Amino acid sequence: MATPPAGAPSVSIRLTVNGTSRALDLDVRTTLLDALRERLNLKGAKKGCDHGQCGACTVLVNGLRINACLSLAVMHDGDEVTTIEGIGLPDNLAPLQRAFLDRDAFQCGYCTPGQICSAAGLLDEAVRGWPSAATGDLTAPVTLTDAEIRERMSGNICRCSAYPQILDAIRDVAGPAS
Amino acid sequence: MRPFSYTRASSAAEAARAAAEQPGARFLAGGTNLLDLMKLEIEHPAHVIDIGRLPLGDIAPAEGGLRIGAMATASEVAADARVRRDYPVLAQALLASGSPQLRNKATTGGNLIQRTRCPYFYDTAKPCNKREPGAGCAALGGLGRMSAILGWSEACIATHPSDMAVALSALDAVVETVTPDGGARAIPIDELHRLPGEHPEHETNLRPGELITAVILPPPPKGRQGYRKVRDRAAYAGGLASVAVAGDALALGCVALKPWRARRAEAALKAGAPPLAAADVELADAKGHGGADFKIHLTRRLITAALLERGA
Repeated sequence: MATPPAGAPSVSIRLTVNGTSRALDLDVRTTLLDALRERLNLKGAKKGCDHGQCGACTVLVNGLRINACLSLAVMHDGDEVTTIEGIGLPDNLAPLQRAFLDRDAFQCGYCTPGQICSAAGLLDEAVRGWPSAATGDLTAPVTLTDAEIRERMSGNICRCSAYPQILDAIRDVAGPAS
Repeated sequence: MRPFSYTRASSAAEAARAAAEQPGARFLAGGTNLLDLMKLEIEHPAHVIDIGRLPLGDIAPAEGGLRIGAMATASEVAADARVRRDYPVLAQALLASGSPQLRNKATTGGNLIQRTRCPYFYDTAKPCNKREPGAGCAALGGLGRMSAILGWSEACIATHPSDMAVALSALDAVVETVTPDGGARAIPIDELHRLPGEHPEHETNLRPGELITAVILPPPPKGRQGYRKVRDRAAYAGGLASVAVAGDALALGCVALKPWRARRAEAALKAGAPPLAAADVELADAKGHGGADFKIHLTRRLITAALLERGA
């Protein structure tokens, strides 16, 4: 879907991706994920299931984590998108990326960009005080217990099952639960 | 995904009018259900009307209750301090649905009109009366683990997948809409969805082009509230059965093609029946077609547990 087939409606949009404004002409059917990967050459966000079930495509849009595969790029005209490349690059890793390395929180690595973007979203949602299904008292402040982190990462699947190490890595950045 | 034309609506009334004028048009809000179905070509709208930027996301006090704009996301509603304090059954139902990523995108209006997760609805190689009226129902006689036990018909044994709508049913919420002629309607939540009958392709009582603009919650009911959901995984999974309790009201999820307000059980309880007997009254006509037989027992226990927790 890199170039629109003849007859398919195309649209012009502008996205701010990792701090840089980018103009795009797209087949209107192009998902945000395909726009990032195929048009802007940002291959960090991965296409796993392409149906919102695995979380490998997780990016932050206007600061919130979403599945880039279940969104059309045109829906995000004017939005700010942060991909794993905007979180940090090899010569300047973010604390979450450093923690994933330190804790060996991946094996094949395919889900990792989505896991890290999702973890970044999780930490911000906790700061906002948003509850989860693991929150006992809905009116109390949020404490990121292990059960909370696991529940809040349930939209990200790891086929290699590095879940214990992913929890450890996020715990390192979130700080102790008490 | 099949080609479609795309417009961004500038007002709710304009969106409703545009949808009514273009048969086969669909509203696009969060997109979490519609785009999934469009990729599978189960949905193939000729025209998509993007309502995602309409200013319908406010959550505000209204007549002693709360008015939740149709574009408020599941995350926003579940995080709202008034919802958490006064309508915990709604916050719990929302937090039990989807994943955090989906909840950041999925809207209140879209949640109500999301389509069934019946595996035969998703399998385009199998007949489905919802996808193709008159084609038949492959779920009847199929692997019916997810299928309805109440209110089903020979044409369709699918269930409605929403958790939120079950809580809204127990809360006696009202759905506010705009119609293509510029008017407005207030639809009690129990009158929004239809049982399948002979026409499972007609899922709601919304008219062509009619757009949901808000959900109105009446003042919080007296008594305890709670939402319990049974599913195959502890997180991020559709329900097998669920129950919402809000004061004297009781509603069931994943058992029928609409959120199932358990009025028979409510009446039995009012007449003094113990929880288990009230559950049996509600489930007297339940049938599981083999695959979902276990759901009758599961729902019976779920109702009983919820009522005991409430303090029946």
